[in-house]
Amino acid sequence: MRTANPKSIALWTVVALVGASGWTVLALSRDEEVSAAWMVAAALGSYAIAYRFYSKFIAYKVLKVDKRRATPAERLDNGIDYHPTDRRVLLGHHFAAIAGAGPLVGPVLAAQMGYLPGTIWIIAGVIFAGAVQDMVVLFFSTRRDGRSLGQMARDEIGPFGGAAALLAAFAIMIILLGVLALVIVNALAESPWGTFSIAMTIPIALFMGFYLRILRPGRVSEVSLIGVSLLLFALIAGRWVAESSWAEAFTLAPSTLVIWLVAYGFIASILPVWMLLAPRDYLSTFMKIGTIVLLALGVVIALPTLKMDPVTDFASRGDGPVFAGSLFPFVFITIACGALSGFHSLISSGTTPKMIQKETQVRMIGYGSMLMESAVAIMALVAASIIDPGLYFAMNAPAGVVGDTVQEASKAVAGFGYTISPEDLAQAAKNVEESSLLSRTGGAPTLAIGVSEIFAKVTGGSLRAFWYHFAIMFEALFILTALDAGTRVGRFMLQDMLGNVYKPFKNISWKPGLVLTSAAVTGLWGYFLWVGVHEPLGGINQLFPIFGIANQLLAAVALAVCTTLLVKSGRLKWAWITGIPLLWDAAVTLTASWQKVFSSDPRVGFFKQRSIYQDAIDDGKVLPPAKSMDDMHTVVTNSTVDGVLSAALALLIVIVIADALRICVRHIRDPLSSKLSEAPFVESKTAAPAGLFATKEEKAEIAAAEEREPAGSP
Amino acid sequence: MSGPLRRAVRGLRWYVRELTDESAYERYVAHLRKGHPDAVVPSRRAFERMRTDRQESDPRQGFRCC
Repeated sequence: MRTANPKSIALWTVVALVGASGWTVLALSRDEEVSAAWMVAAALGSYAIAYRFYSKFIAYKVLKVDKRRATPAERLDNGIDYHPTDRRVLLGHHFAAIAGAGPLVGPVLAAQMGYLPGTIWIIAGVIFAGAVQDMVVLFFSTRRDGRSLGQMARDEIGPFGGAAALLAAFAIMIILLGVLALVIVNALAESPWGTFSIAMTIPIALFMGFYLRILRPGRVSEVSLIGVSLLLFALIAGRWVAESSWAEAFTLAPSTLVIWLVAYGFIASILPVWMLLAPRDYLSTFMKIGTIVLLALGVVIALPTLKMDPVTDFASRGDGPVFAGSLFPFVFITIACGALSGFHSLISSGTTPKMIQKETQVRMIGYGSMLMESAVAIMALVAASIIDPGLYFAMNAPAGVVGDTVQEASKAVAGFGYTISPEDLAQAAKNVEESSLLSRTGGAPTLAIGVSEIFAKVTGGSLRAFWYHFAIMFEALFILTALDAGTRVGRFMLQDMLGNVYKPFKNISWKPGLVLTSAAVTGLWGYFLWVGVHEPLGGINQLFPIFGIANQLLAAVALAVCTTLLVKSGRLKWAWITGIPLLWDAAVTLTASWQKVFSSDPRVGFFKQRSIYQDAIDDGKVLPPAKSMDDMHTVVTNSTVDGVLSAALALLIVIVIADALRICVRHIRDPLSSKLSEAPFVESKTAAPAGLFATKEEKAEIAAAEEREPAGSP
Repeated sequence: MSGPLRRAVRGLRWYVRELTDESAYERYVAHLRKGHPDAVVPSRRAFERMRTDRQESDPRQGFRCC
């Protein structure tokens, strides 16, 4: 019988009380303004308890992590991609790799349902699903020499399920890139300040690339410091440009930006990695970590009050202007990153397992990093909930609903049940030196307004416009990096698939194949971007749900692989650890796809929408928000594409889950028939702490290991 | 500089170098010296080129999430 010491009992009681009081205040307050501090308390208290108890239980009872087993980093150490990395460094690497624009955008959009549903899902989702997925995938990939999720699906489920998983991943990548590009188009359109400063990141990155290639190879920190300084200068210079005669050259219409972005994505993806991608990645990583730290400090110092309702009427009525559909299932697909993100499984089965020093560290790196990302999502939700709800809806409703003038917007917002005067709307835009904030959908501008509000509380209002553009720049920066990197990954997948048909495609440096596949991938996401920008019903409104479904489908693939592996490795009793999140995720995504395909509410169901607009065309009528017959035809085409896509994605996922289930049942009936492709046990020669701080025993083990085999580690 | 401060600065420098992979070259050289004493050690320039070429050939290396 283990006994806990009184000190630790007291400590964890206090932590539990902090978390519980946060939840109580959030849940019980009605018609009064609540401080964001309670949200932070609920989140941090819950994370601490989940990490201390649930993640420990999974690591030691379910996965049975073994510190005596050598990891791929130790066994296959080649000094480059496989090498044992200090756990604190790897935590930083892994966090920087998983956290991007996702956790910042989703919560902002989901705030239309009020802050409470989002908060509950972000916190409960990460504890029971998201962080579990990241940790379990990381563990199984570590046991398989760092094999990717696609390979694991093929090895452990079968070629059919594996192929479906690969196809799903490719489709998801395309939709992701289209929607992310749409987010920056909406943020940069008609904004000379933003467009100029983002455009400047290209010459800055090129300069850094040449510096690292030719002048001083490998001096990453110094070149990043130079790059970040230039970046901040470009940001300040953006204001001068916006006030000068050059402003016109950088004031771009959305459709012009689409062309620029597609051209950028294509050219960037065929340039050598060192020229643009690598230096841009350094810039965005520095900016990302810096901004997240600043935002956390800002929230804690300013402790703003939440102005959004805890739960809005849109949650039950399902007629929200940001995205249609009711709370279940749409909050759970709108917030993906931050609660449960399928994309993380690609990182957890990519670079990280090749660098992890000890199996015992999967808890800190897999589960811990995801808790950190969840905290970022909570901060984004805070930022969206502290701005005036009237402004929030004026910014996030489709252009066709909001109208073109502040007077129309004020009326439209009143129609949603909120109030904001035309003067206040105009003033809000003026405060951040933008010509208009109406229908700035996509989440990035709303987040930037929230961030500027928080930072302005700390630094004074005169910097508000600077902070707004700082936040826009920071999001646009890593979305551009994602466009480049994502196009490359998509191309790699396509080359692999086409290689089965025509051999030369397999050779990834075959130039014609490279250009063709790059063009195909950019063309595909460019199509969705174009459609999103010209969608009369609002691009984000129509496309974001598909993006959410796609991302959660990838999570379903990852959780299906994890559950199969738990069953096949003799952990049937614990299969619910990932099995229940899988059931939940499948229920959410399949319900959402079902509604998107079959709902008789034209705001939700794509085919219903299609038939209503088609009937109107047949009668020669134009239905608002469409303004012309052309718009009407656009709606019909887009609804058809979106509907077919939703159905196809759902079908893929049903195939993967069914195939996984088949393997599980076969294993339970006849355990000898299935084989597990785990790397054989090799005894580890080194010792390393499992958590952030080394315990007394760990220190002794490290000293003993050093004595046996002196190493040059710091 | 006093002891603890110097330690903190040194720790920070180590962390940043590791996180940005600036220390990759030294790590690779140490790896070669230890495991393959006869191997030719590449110059830093050649090593950094090899590293980006590897990323070129498999873009999933170092991929970042949305």
